[in-house]
Amino acid sequence: MDKELVGIKSGVSSNAGRKEKAGLWERIKRNKACYVMLAPYFILFFLFTVLPVLSSMVLSLCYFNMLQPPTFIGLENYAKLFLEDDIFTIAVKNTLLFAIITGPVSYFACFLFAWIINDFGPKLRSFLTVIFYAPSLCGNAYFVWLLIFSGDRYGYANSFLLHLGLITNEINWFKDGRYIMPLLIIIQLWLSLGTGFLVFIAGLQTVDRTQYEAAAIDGIRNRWQELWYITLPAMKPQLLLGAVLQITQSFAVSDISINLCGNPSVNYAGTTMVTHLIDYGTIRFEMGYASAIATILFLLMVLSNKLVNWLLRRVAD
Amino acid sequence: MRKKHKMEVHKVNRSRGGNIAMFIFLAIMAAFMAFPLVMIINNAFKPLDEYYKMPPDIFVRHPTLENFQTLGTEMSDSWVPFSRYIMNTVIIVVVGVVGHVILSSMAAYPLAKRKFPGSKILFNMVVLSLMFSPVVTSVPNYIIISKLGINNTYLAVILPALSSGLGLFIMKQFMEQIPDSLMESAQLDGASEYVIFWRIVMPNVKPAWLTLGLLQFQALWGTSGAGFLRSEELKPFNYALTQIVQGGVSRQGTAGAIGLITISVPIIIFLITQSNVIETMTTSGMKD
Repeated sequence: MDKELVGIKSGVSSNAGRKEKAGLWERIKRNKACYVMLAPYFILFFLFTVLPVLSSMVLSLCYFNMLQPPTFIGLENYAKLFLEDDIFTIAVKNTLLFAIITGPVSYFACFLFAWIINDFGPKLRSFLTVIFYAPSLCGNAYFVWLLIFSGDRYGYANSFLLHLGLITNEINWFKDGRYIMPLLIIIQLWLSLGTGFLVFIAGLQTVDRTQYEAAAIDGIRNRWQELWYITLPAMKPQLLLGAVLQITQSFAVSDISINLCGNPSVNYAGTTMVTHLIDYGTIRFEMGYASAIATILFLLMVLSNKLVNWLLRRVAD
Repeated sequence: MRKKHKMEVHKVNRSRGGNIAMFIFLAIMAAFMAFPLVMIINNAFKPLDEYYKMPPDIFVRHPTLENFQTLGTEMSDSWVPFSRYIMNTVIIVVVGVVGHVILSSMAAYPLAKRKFPGSKILFNMVVLSLMFSPVVTSVPNYIIISKLGINNTYLAVILPALSSGLGLFIMKQFMEQIPDSLMESAQLDGASEYVIFWRIVMPNVKPAWLTLGLLQFQALWGTSGAGFLRSEELKPFNYALTQIVQGGVSRQGTAGAIGLITISVPIIIFLITQSNVIETMTTSGMKD
């Protein structure tokens, strides 16, 4: 009797479920064209973004060298990273240093430059936009810093300092642990006026001109008050996107370190989490270990982004 | 008084002293940004003896085109014809850019204009993908590309680039501002979603095409195909250039010529697309 009742009950509920499902199915069928249009992009997106993130998490729990099938080893990779791998500790320190310095500085620089440029006429504005955006636009242009800070007397920095008598011997800039980090930070800042900068320039142009005039009548005296009370609130969406782009970029510093200082760099002074990942993933083929680094990096980037996003929204409200 | 002030500088809330201070600050920063680029331009036209001057000059004294001539000779000496490297880059960039613009627009249209089961989740996943750098997916990507059997083909470089998250994000935000009335009238005429997308939406988002194109160009122009393109005849231009640069000290001049070529193409493309790019970016913010 009881059983029967349960049976009926479950029958009813599964029926209801089916009805709901039918509704969903109806809606899916009605929007067939939408899914067809989404398919090409999202198949690739799943294949090259979603699947890699998930499999990276799984692989981080395995030993895998590409030749033999992966074997499950639990948290061993993580234990090794945090307890035994001294270079990883350096990499984390350097990555955080990069992120904490270049992230905020480049974010404010992007905004500040965009804001000042916005006061100029259209011609000068687009000229200055090109000047500031060019370094990040030109991909490999940072190689020129090798000439400026070249280790011999022909290097511009060395010859300038020798000429002034500030140094007596040439400095081997990119091969000296003391100078690697400061130089990389300067070069990263030079490179960092990227898409976020363009987003800010565009955002500033959307602020309604009449708002500024109205504000002047309401007693706003100078550019700083105007910035704080009108411009920034009006640009909230662009400020949020700019923060995301800048944070992601500042955690991923690696190309300049590898190409200017080598991988590994002298005393690991330029080692970051990404260069460490590249070292294990493409040179030593320890894919499990590299995946553990990738997973930590992924969590670090996403969590910082979420945190900063939350902070910015709170400030804005 | 305020009125007069307004007419003079045509902007309110600005003091002249502040303007001058801002201008000086900006000029200094612009000099820092432009200095390395000025060096690249000057180096390209320096004759070899000016490379070994003590102290080195920033500006070229006797500009010459000999570096470009040497580059031409070195190109014709390479055992894979140099035109092949250029062709490879052109194929990767053109297929990558066109494919990315089409795929992203096709996916952006339903996400911007239609409500259907899953639309929110899919878009949130794309936003999440902006929050980490593609480098974290590099290890599994290598395995996936090998398993797909496209290692050592153009596809290994092109396919992962097609589904970049930022492009879809920007395109979707831009499409949202197309008035619904435009599509509704077509719908009443019995046009299918595909026709609406192709005939009505696409022509209205031209600035966004150029923006996605520029961002994608930037990503692919610098690719050396490292790790994926192993056959010499598949390697891109950028790889060949690095090889020439690494040829040693005697190649300084050629390296200078190469430097100018690598930076001038993106800058020219940006100069052409700039106003469209800025127009697109005005809609690209992150709303709630």
